[in-house]
Amino acid sequence: MSSTDSAALRRTALDALHRSLGATMTDFAGWDMPLRYGSERDEHVAVRTRAGLFDLSHMGEITVTGPQAAELLNHALVGDIASVGVGRARYTMICREDGGILDDLIVYRLAGTEYLVVANASNAQVVLDALVERSAGFDAEVRDDRDAYALIAVQGPESPGILKSLTDADLDGLKYYAGLPGTVAGVPALIARTGYTGEDGFELFVKPEHAVELWQALTEAGSPVGLVPCGLSCRDTLRLEAGMPLYGHELTTELTPFDAGLGRVVKFGKEGDFVGRAALAEAAVRAEQNPPRVLVGLVAEGRRVPRAGYSVVAGGEVIGEVTSGAPSPTLGKPIAMAYVDAAHSAPGTAGVGVDIRGSHEPYEVVSLPFYKRQK
Amino acid sequence: MSNPQQLRYSKEHEWLTAAEDGVATVGITEHAANALGDVVFVQLPAVGDTVTAGDSCGELESTKSVSDLYAPVTGEVTAVNEDVVEDPSLVNSAPFEGGWLFKVRVTDEPGDLLSADEYTAFTAG
Repeated sequence: MSSTDSAALRRTALDALHRSLGATMTDFAGWDMPLRYGSERDEHVAVRTRAGLFDLSHMGEITVTGPQAAELLNHALVGDIASVGVGRARYTMICREDGGILDDLIVYRLAGTEYLVVANASNAQVVLDALVERSAGFDAEVRDDRDAYALIAVQGPESPGILKSLTDADLDGLKYYAGLPGTVAGVPALIARTGYTGEDGFELFVKPEHAVELWQALTEAGSPVGLVPCGLSCRDTLRLEAGMPLYGHELTTELTPFDAGLGRVVKFGKEGDFVGRAALAEAAVRAEQNPPRVLVGLVAEGRRVPRAGYSVVAGGEVIGEVTSGAPSPTLGKPIAMAYVDAAHSAPGTAGVGVDIRGSHEPYEVVSLPFYKRQK
Repeated sequence: MSNPQQLRYSKEHEWLTAAEDGVATVGITEHAANALGDVVFVQLPAVGDTVTAGDSCGELESTKSVSDLYAPVTGEVTAVNEDVVEDPSLVNSAPFEGGWLFKVRVTDEPGDLLSADEYTAFTAG
């Protein structure tokens, strides 16, 4: 119930609409964003069973263009971005020279020489600065497009049907992690089949001046099948159930992709050198032979909720730390992601608990994700 | 939202009924419930415990956070709401009724409890 100085916060193009819907707003990375509109649990369930509508305009868009756009991104990021086909997207990361993760990203290849890089709001400036710095010597331009886009996501099993009613674009031909330019409800949009919920869904990048019109059209088309507006609170529990990492929690500059169990995003076989290669090669060996800690899932046997920063314990010793925790609406129990010592990381390891304000509550070690949708 | 006139309120967002045979019922306000979001776990004091005005006597877990439950008055706990322990969402759906938390035999109360109008003004700020 703190009264933050909301005047200093950035507002999205949908701000007035959120307020008219009675949203509870929250400061997220300097943006005034909807936390929830009503019950966050109901919003979560709507996305799992029907559809949810999200304003994600805080995400940081950066455009990279030019004859050497692919070479620049192959150098600056850990993935093989040059191999991404036009109209496809890739989950990747940007690392420091020492291998520490600066951010996780989705990169869309819009054309042969044009990419859209989407960074977390909290890291957008860091990513932008790093890309500009790393572009030296490449025939490519890095452009700050944070103000050029509003981003609206429609997520959930009903989302394809809702979107189909508003566009002629070939959604059946649009695979997971693909994106194509099109028109939705008369509004020009980059239509991407991506998301952060563990459900089928779409992310629509549009000009900010079209955001309200698109939001209203999606609401009208989706309400009959149960679409509801959803805030960042349920986005967090949805991604947690789906075992997806969140920067600042599971991913930090102190960790390499290998430490986070995401070494698969690092492509040593790609052409050319890339920032962090030497350190990441060492991190790969370390993670294979002698991992310091391993990211695991924890499921509570009781009802008390583990929170980020709580200690994971076994035999009275601290063996790890919770990075994200929440009551899981789908499992009906508290869940958490945590880094734990390798010796205690196998699913089913006995005697693991979480120190919840002094009381050691029993937890089951499970493999991630907690939830996987039926296809 | 409107705060029932017949109740008194603490600045920690608890409400309190007028004592009947010395026993008052305690809950958290709708304002507090809305700020917490969906309540998923409630830890209440035990029957027979002595609670002290202004001190933590339990906790409320919501999706995003855990918050202390403060005793608005001093006294002995005579009953706890087992329904709300079983179904914490009652705190959200009926904060002033089915979502009550515990009953306390009041032995002392602080001088700064608020009337409904004072609490409404307090939370408007």
